[in-house]
Amino acid sequence: MSISAKTLDKNEYFYGHKACAGCGGSLAVRNVLKVLGKNAVAVLPAGCMSAVGFNFPQLCFANNAIISTFAGTASMLTGIEAGFRRRGIKDFTAVGFAGDGGTADIGIQALSGAIDRNDNIIYICYDNEAYMNTGIQKSGLTPFGAKTTTTPAGSNIHGNIRPKKNMFEIVAAHDIPYAATATVGYMNDFLNKVEKASKIQGTKYIHVIAPCPTGWGIPVSDTIDAAREIVDCGLWYLAEYENHEFKLSRDPKTFTSVEDYLRKQARFKHLTDEDIKIITDSRDKKWEFIRKNWN
Amino acid sequence: MIKPTVREKKNFGFADVPEDTSFEAGYLVSVNSGWRSIRPVVNTDKCIGCMQCYLYCPDGVISIQENKAVIDYDFCKGCGICSKICKPGAIGMERER
Ligand SMILES: Cc1ncc(C[n+]2csc(CCOP(=O)(O)OP(=O)(O)O)c2C)c(N)n1
Ligand code: SF4
Ligand code: SF4
Ligand code: SF4
Ligand SMILES: [Mg+2]
Repeated sequence: MSISAKTLDKNEYFYGHKACAGCGGSLAVRNVLKVLGKNAVAVLPAGCMSAVGFNFPQLCFANNAIISTFAGTASMLTGIEAGFRRRGIKDFTAVGFAGDGGTADIGIQALSGAIDRNDNIIYICYDNEAYMNTGIQKSGLTPFGAKTTTTPAGSNIHGNIRPKKNMFEIVAAHDIPYAATATVGYMNDFLNKVEKASKIQGTKYIHVIAPCPTGWGIPVSDTIDAAREIVDCGLWYLAEYENHEFKLSRDPKTFTSVEDYLRKQARFKHLTDEDIKIITDSRDKKWEFIRKNWN
Repeated sequence: MIKPTVREKKNFGFADVPEDTSFEAGYLVSVNSGWRSIRPVVNTDKCIGCMQCYLYCPDGVISIQENKAVIDYDFCKGCGICSKICKPGAIGMERER
């Protein structure tokens, strides 16, 4: 049976947290835990989700959950999985929730090692496209043109000068048993990928776009709209990697306007028409590559 | 139902702070209702129980009871996502007084 609002576990495992109103990351954590159930053991490195979830004595996880070092999400998952296995406990899922900085930058070595060992864990990267918890600094997953506190927008330089790191394909290049991309805007697609991952032996990686109203400069009510538009305009794609192959989960015939998506967000407000053309062209190039090389 | 709940807020001294990494799960001592300037209000005549608001609420404060959306105002932050996601337009946002 596929996962939908109706079939989802009614229990709430992530509740009372102190995330900003409309936080996409907290929605991802909440619903993934509803798919994995009460025996999920969650690992959260430094980042917004640990900061908003554990403020002793306000402890917002109903399941077992632990904070790891910033770089050590995957290695702590490895240890948890091995520890439970050694004790003969079988009914559990070791799941990590790391931000984009915690995944693509500081945690990439531990993640790569875990995939190399094929440890039986699920790693979720909730991507809000910057180091949000410390006040919006650029990460390897911040997109081209985005203004952050370390990539300011001035008359010479218009925000981030580097493109977003291709984390999904970096992970897939390890020949991981399962990897997928998702967005909190299309929840059924995301949660069914989580459910699928939970049934696969070995390392699983899911990269989910999770808008941050605070860092993106959008109204708190618009998180889901932004999380849908990023896919609809083609700047993000929904895909899976399995059995050594890439597969698109959706292949849109037409895209909505990149400019409309960007212009709604304060972090892109400074972009010139030329900048937007660079972004649109790189989108088209990416899709050309995808359509030529994947299924 | 499993869900973190509000417990007694003890005056935790140093002796009560866990020395190792463990403490009781789902132990809440404060609510989030004070964060709101607007509140979602469900019009039960319009609500068709489709559960989309429940699925997309980042705070998990909506449950469906007797096929209608019910909001836990202790923990709703008033983001308005539920109101935007509701196709029948059953959730209005009202100013908090
Ligand atoms: C080794 C180390 N370096 C730096 C920090 C400070 N720090 C805590 S959270 C954070 C940002 C995390 O960004 P990301 O992983 O993208 O998660 P987000 O906060 O955006 O959810 C940083 C830099 C730390 N805790 N540990
Ligand atoms: S800063 Fe962004 S990611 Fe962090 S809690 Fe607020 S909305 Fe969520
Ligand atoms: S989205 Fe609207 S119609 Fe559907 S359950 Fe929620 S309030 Fe009711
Ligand atoms: S306003 Fe936000 S927090 Fe409150 S019920 Fe709606 S979606 Fe949930
Ligand atoms: Mg981040």
